Amino acid sequence: MNSEKIFKYLLVSSGVLMVLIALGIVATLFVGSIPSFKEFGFGFLFSTEWDPTEGRESYGALPFIIGTLLTSILALIITFPFAFSISLFLGEYFKDGALPSFLRSVVDLLAGIPSVVYGLWGFYALKPLVAELGLNAQGFGIFTSSVILAIMIIPYASSLGAEVISMVPGSLKEAAYSLGATRYEVVRNVIVPNAGSGIFAGYILALGRAIGETMAVTMLIGNSNNMPTGIFDLGNTMASLIANQFGEAEGLKYTALIEIGLILFVITGIVNYIGKLIMKKLSA
Amino acid sequence: MKKFQLLFTAVIAVALMASCGNAGKDKTASNKKAKTITGAGATFPQPFYNKIFKSYTKEKGLLVTYGGIGSGGGIRSLKDKIVDFGASDAFLNDKKLADMPAEVLHVPTCLGAVVAAYNLPGKPELKFTPELMEGVFMGKINKWNDAKIAAVNPDVELPDMEITVVYRSDGSGTTFIFSDYMSKVSAEWKEQIGAGKALKWPVGIGAKGNPGVAGTISQTEGAIGYIGSEYAFAMGIPIASIQNKSGNFILPSVESVSASAKGEMPADTRVSLTNTDAADGYPISSFTWLILYKEQNYNDRSADQAAQTIKLIEWVVSPEAQKETTKVHYAPLPEAAVAKAKAVLGKVTYNGKALK
Repeated sequence: MNSEKIFKYLLVSSGVLMVLIALGIVATLFVGSIPSFKEFGFGFLFSTEWDPTEGRESYGALPFIIGTLLTSILALIITFPFAFSISLFLGEYFKDGALPSFLRSVVDLLAGIPSVVYGLWGFYALKPLVAELGLNAQGFGIFTSSVILAIMIIPYASSLGAEVISMVPGSLKEAAYSLGATRYEVVRNVIVPNAGSGIFAGYILALGRAIGETMAVTMLIGNSNNMPTGIFDLGNTMASLIANQFGEAEGLKYTALIEIGLILFVITGIVNYIGKLIMKKLSA
Repeated sequence: MKKFQLLFTAVIAVALMASCGNAGKDKTASNKKAKTITGAGATFPQPFYNKIFKSYTKEKGLLVTYGGIGSGGGIRSLKDKIVDFGASDAFLNDKKLADMPAEVLHVPTCLGAVVAAYNLPGKPELKFTPELMEGVFMGKINKWNDAKIAAVNPDVELPDMEITVVYRSDGSGTTFIFSDYMSKVSAEWKEQIGAGKALKWPVGIGAKGNPGVAGTISQTEGAIGYIGSEYAFAMGIPIASIQNKSGNFILPSVESVSASAKGEMPADTRVSLTNTDAADGYPISSFTWLILYKEQNYNDRSADQAAQTIKLIEWVVSPEAQKETTKVHYAPLPEAAVAKAKAVLGKVTYNGKALK
């Protein structure tokens, strides 16, 4: 075999291995959640009860599904104005120079900070502030977690956007300017329509990151397994619940947690799929 | 050509996975010398275990590793036969014992206390009756200056502040000991919440691990929670004295925790100490146990591995290791418990023959 072929096989086999691993994860989660599914059926998705006490065990995923979606979507909403401004600033207004490169490294640095450090900062700085503002009694809760998540996902939401904005063809922009368009008009009518799908892809990536984030959320959300009543209430997310409870889980609870993992996997899959659909529409 | 490619890649993938699967297995001959002893389980006594296993490794040259993965994880690891011993804060009840693949023995190693720690301005010393514990932790009393708290603590000026209950969000032996006590002193608690490693809490904030609860209490004015005593001592958080069965208010200390273990102990050492009868005993105390198989020849373990495991556990209950308990805020085993522990170890066999 010549090196050309070996290289090709290597590429194909690593690709196949990736697919096998992904399928393996799904299969493991699926097999692991069968006992829980047999016990609770589809009611698992809609039950708000999470009672691990022996003798009257009953598990439902709804508070955690809601908690996960609330924190991550709220985080995306909070992050949007910041991420979009940074994308525009770095991709259109100031592409080169000391200040943009400094800003770019700071944003990149945000992506590199371990989530437990975000959690600590949130615990010692953000939580007291939220309590001080009187948003809720102790400062823990869904809103606090969302703010931390929003900061964590800024790099994911902004860097892809900056990249595609800078790639908008100069001829298009020049044409708009020559027609007398102002800078704002160029952004609105040329850049955003042109780079829309790329900017959006960044937000989907960021949302995926927010959905799966565990440590920082665990430290701030209050870990209450009851149904949240609002964005300032305590709550819990699927990832945080698994991280908290898996160590000591056994029997029915063990498989209920694996089923939560499966649901989390499916939700992440759906979010990515919807993202791809919208991207296709935007770029068409 | 295309088919050949696919086949080739599939073969490589399968081969890769198969080799991964085999790498972890260690084929030990039955006469092999022991190199390491592996245990895993409870985090509640982990500071004690870390300390003594380190000095054992140093003294005897035999590496002892302990993974603080939680009591449930310790039981699961023993069930999967991947450790030499497990560790648990809650003894295995009859049903769980029957679920294990072979007979399991319990060896108590030390005593610990779960304390009610709080954060109030001026760090007042508070007293709690079982009724107050029930009221506060079930959310029925939600202000610090509630008349019921004031009635038990007449000398303390209580602030007009909301009570924030802090509990363990992760499953934990500490939660088990606390809820085991609460279930004994409060019928309402037993009915609505019960005893277990994880509970359905009516009120409060969940924090991960003993350090997490301790941190949340010290960061939140008006908070109260339960933690392993060593964490409260280490962080200097005020601790409540709790009224025991005899009506005395008792602060957790080495003496009061030891005193709680005065009662009769069954031969298999499985006994709950919470709500002790002892007049000077702290009511939320517990033994913590190492668990191991009675028949030590499992999963290709060598005779030496079995003998070294037993030697280690015998050393843990010896005076030399027991005197270390107080340095990390645990209490040593009473004489009677040591005798019972030694008797349990005497039952251990290898291939059906007694090890000692």
